[in-house]
Amino acid sequence: MKILVVDDFSTMRRIVKNLLRDLGFTNTVEADDGKTALPILEAGGIDFLVTDWNMPGMTGIDLLKAVRADPNLVDLPVLMVTAEAKREQIIMAAQAGVNGYVIKPFTAATLKEKIEKIFERIDG
Amino acid sequence: MTIDFRLALAKDLVIALEQGNEAEADNILDKIAGQKENELFQQVGQLTRQLHDAMAGFSLDSKIASMTENDIPDAKERLQYVITMTEQAANQTLNAVEELLPVSKTLNDQAGELSEKWERFLDREMPFEEFKSMSAEITKHFSQSKGSLLEIQNGLNDILMAQGFQDITGQIIKRVIDLVQELEVSMVELISLSGGAKAEEAKAKELELPGPAIPGMDDKSGDVAANQDDVDDLLSSLGF
Repeated sequence: MKILVVDDFSTMRRIVKNLLRDLGFTNTVEADDGKTALPILEAGGIDFLVTDWNMPGMTGIDLLKAVRADPNLVDLPVLMVTAEAKREQIIMAAQAGVNGYVIKPFTAATLKEKIEKIFERIDG
Repeated sequence: MTIDFRLALAKDLVIALEQGNEAEADNILDKIAGQKENELFQQVGQLTRQLHDAMAGFSLDSKIASMTENDIPDAKERLQYVITMTEQAANQTLNAVEELLPVSKTLNDQAGELSEKWERFLDREMPFEEFKSMSAEITKHFSQSKGSLLEIQNGLNDILMAQGFQDITGQIIKRVIDLVQELEVSMVELISLSGGAKAEEAKAKELELPGPAIPGMDDKSGDVAANQDDVDDLLSSLGF
């Protein structure tokens, strides 16, 4: 299981990576915005995408749309971890095909729950 | 001074001069000059007032100019510094945690292994040879624990010290808030000075991405998810 963590703040990437490691996911890669994330995704081998929304260059929502528009990535599970909390934004993300939505600040338990839920649905 | 009034004064003056009444003629001339002076004084008064307002406006102008020139870039730098400090603190904390987690895991594993052996020894299920090797392991574990616990203590201290950013960033942010308030007051004064024209209620331009919702500020309109439960409810209502 290889996970790509996309966030423009390196500290947030570290926190997410540490939490993922705690959950048993040790194989992670990082990108600091959608622009750098997309080539990594296109190169293949990523099983799960965790992305922030508000990033310079290319935002998380645009990254999500690009992922869903790519036939090779259309089924990639995507978890959004973001401070954007407006209802219309959450709805926008849902419509763009997000698999889970966690708002910052979040707890380790929340992240765990959302990730497990996503994999349950995939496996089930 | 109306034309009729001036004409009347002029006629009176001619009459007085023709009659050779110099006192009356002087009196009328004074009156005419006086009227002119009055008007002049009024004009000077008005000009003085305008000058005063302009000066006040100018000093406000220069106050705002100095704010834009010095204080605002200064505030930007300060806020940048807040980012730097918080990032440093987060990294320092994360470094310590990442270093200490394996240390504590090793200790935990060792203790688990030894306590299992110890149970067997207490139940008299341990051959003497194994007991000897366990004794050596226990000795090793104690000396290792001492070092590891010291390491953990130091790491915890690092984490403790890293929290010092809160004090400093709090102060910086407070200063920036003060500056913004000062700027706001100056802008309002300037607007009221420039003819008291009511500032058009400029509709705050909605940012494309509102960013973190500040409790008590951004959640008033009810269109913001206050917590993860709100998000989950919304998503499940959408069939998630």
